Amino acid sequence: MQSRKEQKKFGREKLQRIIEMCMAIENHTVDPFLLDVDDVIRVVKEYFPQWEETDELNLDSEAIHHLASVIKLQSEWVKHRSTSLYTDPFLLEEKITQATKEEMVSVFLGAWHPLVELEQLSLHSIAEAMRYWEALVPLKERWPELAVQEVGMGLTSRDELIRQRILGDKVFSEELECYWQELKEKVAAKGRDGKMFYWDFIGADTYEDTVQRAFLTSFLITYGYATLEIHPLEEEVYIKPFEKPNTKMHTQQSISIPIAVTYENWQKWKRGELD
Amino acid sequence: MRKKQRGVYASKMKRATHMLFYRRHQKPGVKGWELHRALGADYPKVLDVLDDYLKSLDLQVKTVFEEEKTPSGKPSLEELNKARFYVTLRGELTPKEPKMMGWRIDDLAGLAVAISYIISKKGQAPRKDVKELLGEKLPGWKVGLNIDRYIRYGYLQQDDNEQLYLDWRTRAEVDEKALINLLLTAETQKSELAGVSEEESEVGELEDE
Repeated sequence: MQSRKEQKKFGREKLQRIIEMCMAIENHTVDPFLLDVDDVIRVVKEYFPQWEETDELNLDSEAIHHLASVIKLQSEWVKHRSTSLYTDPFLLEEKITQATKEEMVSVFLGAWHPLVELEQLSLHSIAEAMRYWEALVPLKERWPELAVQEVGMGLTSRDELIRQRILGDKVFSEELECYWQELKEKVAAKGRDGKMFYWDFIGADTYEDTVQRAFLTSFLITYGYATLEIHPLEEEVYIKPFEKPNTKMHTQQSISIPIAVTYENWQKWKRGELD
Repeated sequence: MRKKQRGVYASKMKRATHMLFYRRHQKPGVKGWELHRALGADYPKVLDVLDDYLKSLDLQVKTVFEEEKTPSGKPSLEELNKARFYVTLRGELTPKEPKMMGWRIDDLAGLAVAISYIISKKGQAPRKDVKELLGEKLPGWKVGLNIDRYIRYGYLQQDDNEQLYLDWRTRAEVDEKALINLLLTAETQKSELAGVSEEESEVGELEDE
C-alpha cells in the first residue's frame, strides 16, 4: 500500500505530464486528438481530494486550464472540418501541382472580383508629401561634387605600361613560343613518357605567378602547342607538349576542361600534397 | 416612395458613391461607422439601393465583416458598423482582362496557387512551403519577388515567424469557397476549356509578354 505522501508525489507527476502534453498540443507539435480528455479528467478528479497546499491546487488548476485549451483546439479542428471550406490539403495540393498556369488563372478568374478604386490625393497623402519635401536634403548637399584631384595630361612609355603590368614585355605569340620551349625542356628533363604532371609545370614560387602560368598554359593547349591527359579515377592531370603545333585542333570540335587553380590547391602543391 | 424621400435617397446614394469609389485612406474601402456618420442610420438601405443600381454596370457593394465573422443571419447595425465596404466587380473577368490591370498570367497563377494553398492549410502556411510550391511553375528568382508583391498589394500578410496568412484584399476580392470548389472541379473545366481554344490562345499571348 502506497503511503499518502507517495500517492501525492505520484499525482503531482501525473499532473505535470498532463500539462506538458497539453502545452505540446497548444504549440501545434502534437495532434490535439491524441489526448484522451476523459482519461485526463478522471486523473484530475482522482487526485483532487488529496490537494491541500497552494502549489498543489495551482498545479491542478493549471492542468484544467491547459485541458480547456486543448478542448478548444479540438473543437476548432472539428469546426473547420465541417465547413464547406475544408478540403483534404493533400488533394488540393495535388490539384494545384497538376494544374497548368492557364488552368490556375481560369479557376481564379471564376472566384476573383477585384476592387474598383480611384486613386487621388487625400489629405493624408498631401501631409505625407509635405513632410517628405521638408525633410528632403537639397540636391547640392546630397550629391556633392566629387573631389577628384586634377592631373595634367602627359605621355607614358611602353616600359611604364609593362611595369604596371598593363602590357607584357614580349609580344604574346613570342611569349607563347618561349613558354612552349620551356614546357618541352621541362618534360625532357623531369617528365616521363613525353608528359609531366600539370601542376608541376604551372606551379611557381608565388600564387600570382602560378595563375599567370596557368593562364598561358591554357593558350598553349587551345592553340595546339600541347594537350592534356586526364586520368579521372586517379584525379591526375598531365600536360603533353607536341613536337610541332597541331593546327588541326582548330578545325576539330574542342572541349573545355576547367581546372581550379585555387590558392588552397597551390598551397597543397607547395607542400607536395598534389603529386 | 414619395418624391421628397426619393430625393433624399438619391443624394445619399451620390454621397455613398463618392465615399466608396474614391480612396479616403491608405487602404480602399469605407468602414460602416463612417457611412453611418455621413449617411445616417439607414445607410444599409442606401447601400442596397446603390448595389441594385451598380448591378447593370457589373459592379457590387461588397461587405467584409470584421475578423471574417460573417453573421449567419441578417447582420445587426453594430456588426455592419464594424464591417468594411468596397465596390468590386460583380461578375468575372475574361482571361484577357487581367492584362489591362497590369497582371501577367504567371503572377496571377502564382497568386491563385498561394491563396488556395493557404486556404487548404487552414489559413496559415510557412513562406518556405509556398515558395517551394510556386517554384515548381515559376522561375526561382521570381518566386520571392512575387510573394513580396502579393504581400505589398494586401493579398497576403507575413508574421515574424515567416508564416503567411490571407490579408484584407483577398477577403475583399476572392470568393474563397468558390475558388476551392472550382479548383476541385478543375478536371471538368479542363474539358470545357478545350473547346474554347480561342480564349486559351489569348491567355497564351499574355504569357509571351
